[in-house]
Amino acid sequence: MASKVIHAFYNDDDVLMHAVKKVKAAKHHIEEVYCPFPVHGLDKAMGLAPTRIAITSFMYGCVGLTVAIVMMNFIMIQDWPQDIGGKPSFSYLENMPAFVPIMFELTVFFAAHLMVITFYLRSRLWPFKEAENPDVRTTDDHFLMEIEIHDNEQELMDLLMDTGAVEINITEK
Amino acid sequence: MASHYEAPIRKPLVLGDKGYHDVTVDIAAPVEGKANKHWWIVFSIALAAFLWGVGCIIYTVSTGIGTWGLNKTVGWAWDITNFVWWVGIGHAGTLISAVLLLFRQKWRMAINRSAEAMTIFSVVQAGLFPIIHMGRPWLAYWVLPIPNQFGSLWVNFNSPLLWDVFAISTYLSVSLVFWWTGLLPDFAMIRDRAVRPFQKKIYSLISFGWTGRAKDWQRFEEVSLVLAGLATPLVLSVHTIVSFDFATSVIPGWHTTIFPPYFVAGAIFSGFAMVNTLLIIMRKVCHLEAYITVQHIELMNIVIMLTGSIVGCAYITELFMAWYSGVEYEQYAFLNRATGPYWWAYWAMMTCNVFSPQFMWFKKLRTSIMFSFFISIVVNIGMWFERFVIIVTSLHRDYLPSSWTMFSPTFVDIGIFIGTIGFFFVLFLLYARTFPVIAQAEVKSILKSSGEKYKKLRDAGKPLYEISKSRTVVKEREPITDDVLMGEVVPQMGDKVGVSELLGTLGTFDATTETADDLKKIKGIGPQMEATLNQIGIYTFAQVGRMTDREYDLLDSITESFPGRAQRDDWAGQAKILNNKK
Repeated sequence: MASKVIHAFYNDDDVLMHAVKKVKAAKHHIEEVYCPFPVHGLDKAMGLAPTRIAITSFMYGCVGLTVAIVMMNFIMIQDWPQDIGGKPSFSYLENMPAFVPIMFELTVFFAAHLMVITFYLRSRLWPFKEAENPDVRTTDDHFLMEIEIHDNEQELMDLLMDTGAVEINITEK
Repeated sequence: MASHYEAPIRKPLVLGDKGYHDVTVDIAAPVEGKANKHWWIVFSIALAAFLWGVGCIIYTVSTGIGTWGLNKTVGWAWDITNFVWWVGIGHAGTLISAVLLLFRQKWRMAINRSAEAMTIFSVVQAGLFPIIHMGRPWLAYWVLPIPNQFGSLWVNFNSPLLWDVFAISTYLSVSLVFWWTGLLPDFAMIRDRAVRPFQKKIYSLISFGWTGRAKDWQRFEEVSLVLAGLATPLVLSVHTIVSFDFATSVIPGWHTTIFPPYFVAGAIFSGFAMVNTLLIIMRKVCHLEAYITVQHIELMNIVIMLTGSIVGCAYITELFMAWYSGVEYEQYAFLNRATGPYWWAYWAMMTCNVFSPQFMWFKKLRTSIMFSFFISIVVNIGMWFERFVIIVTSLHRDYLPSSWTMFSPTFVDIGIFIGTIGFFFVLFLLYARTFPVIAQAEVKSILKSSGEKYKKLRDAGKPLYEISKSRTVVKEREPITDDVLMGEVVPQMGDKVGVSELLGTLGTFDATTETADDLKKIKGIGPQMEATLNQIGIYTFAQVGRMTDREYDLLDSITESFPGRAQRDDWAGQAKILNNKK
């Protein structure tokens, strides 16, 4: 889809925040904001939904704990119960204290790795992925606000100029 | 924003008149510059030590563990000493990045990247020792609970040694993804600055296509926070479990419940000492004094002092408990440590770990760079001796006096230890040349609250930013197109054949409306070549960017120097990138 977008550059996070609020107040849809570092409160100002990645991490942790319990119950209690140091392996619950370290480690292992993998997939990050930031300065010191143009080029231009943008580009997307 | 406010009493964490772009330039400089002579000298030494270690490992594996100084009484000595020492050093990285993140300590941001790198590299060294000690390292996968051809033969989940396998591998892998995730925006910064095609390709690959959308940053921050929350108990569990290797046995001197907290404090102690050792050198070599300030070193010294005192308390508690327990074996183990044949090791440990950090009570000493460096080395040595004392002195005089003996390391023991130090520094030196050594995105996010420039503005009652409405530059993005508006081509360099033809496709330079670019920024163009190009009439990146093989050939025929050079270095590609960055 060849649509025209307007790119407004800012060189300060505070100016950007004011601009985002102003553009939102004027009821324009902000397509995207590219930042060189996290700007606190930007997601709320843009109206982004809160991320649910922490919830997934909790669920992955539960999976890890379950895997640890099922695995050790099978190996130590069911498949080949042994009497180690006079402590026979008859029930998982009675032998559980010795299994706590592994239960903990596997919980953390699953929670951390699967959450990071989820993050990489959702944010489309993997080796050989091409970067999509429209300007190289957005990883250095510039913030870029992208707004789609629907026959309101001049109106947007005036609005953005008023917000203190250092540069405004109009490009085909 | 109100969130940028910071109490005026807090000292700036970024010194000098630094804006966002200055941070980028300063942190990219060591990566983009060339290695100096000192780097090569230190790297060669480290590499030689590493290769020597590899030789000793090959000798051990091919001949057997008998090449070490172990005997039937002292069955564990340097191998496990080195293992615990390296794991301990590996604690500071995650502690700084995770625990200090949870406590919202801003000073962590200048040091967390290198501390995490140090963590990963030292855990790699630690992991080598158990694997070598297996004797047949190619069977190392037997420590994993995998079904096998021996019937129902499983690993023993009651064994602290197996807990260690899980703890260390979880710790290493989680630290690695924590580190790498934090690196993505910084790799992206270097990628977007890279001019040479090879660098660009490599940093594109390892930055995983980081783009920096608002949503990405939102997730990034949440992921960092959750990882910090997970890594904090993880880092405490790792050395707890390492201490279980000893504490669950019935050897006098090992069989104590104080071991887990005592080991964790010792690990933090040695880890911070190693961070200090490395960063004091790095801030100097990489010119990062504005980011890793004396205040950072002072704060780390305070942590060293605190954890050193905790370790001192643990030593004294051990002595008290040995006496108070009334167990003769326990009492003798500690008497033997302090006054037996290994008294020198015990007192070296006491001096280095308990006595020397107490100097840090004096502000003058803890803010002295030279003194901090000296103490950090002393602590590293002391913590090695601590592990040696715990392990060897408890074993060498066991329950059976007829088998009492001493331990002396062979050249193989020493060689492998030296080798791991070499390997560690090889990795760290390569890291320092190729990675952004400071988490620049995070530093930028605290610049307004903690940077000296902004603190001064705030103190002066001036605004930190202003919305200027007149400066906006409106540009229709002009890509380098092939359809150049051709005027009459006036070659500037004689009437050589091809010059006008060349300029015909590249476009001419009009000094009244355009400004000349610094063509020397293109790799492969030196001052000489730039002068030649200018003579021909090529002044801008846009002109170079339009070059194709035909133009390269024409250029070669005109200049008659370095044929094929332009293709090899991809001048056009570089010029396009440079043109976009203008």
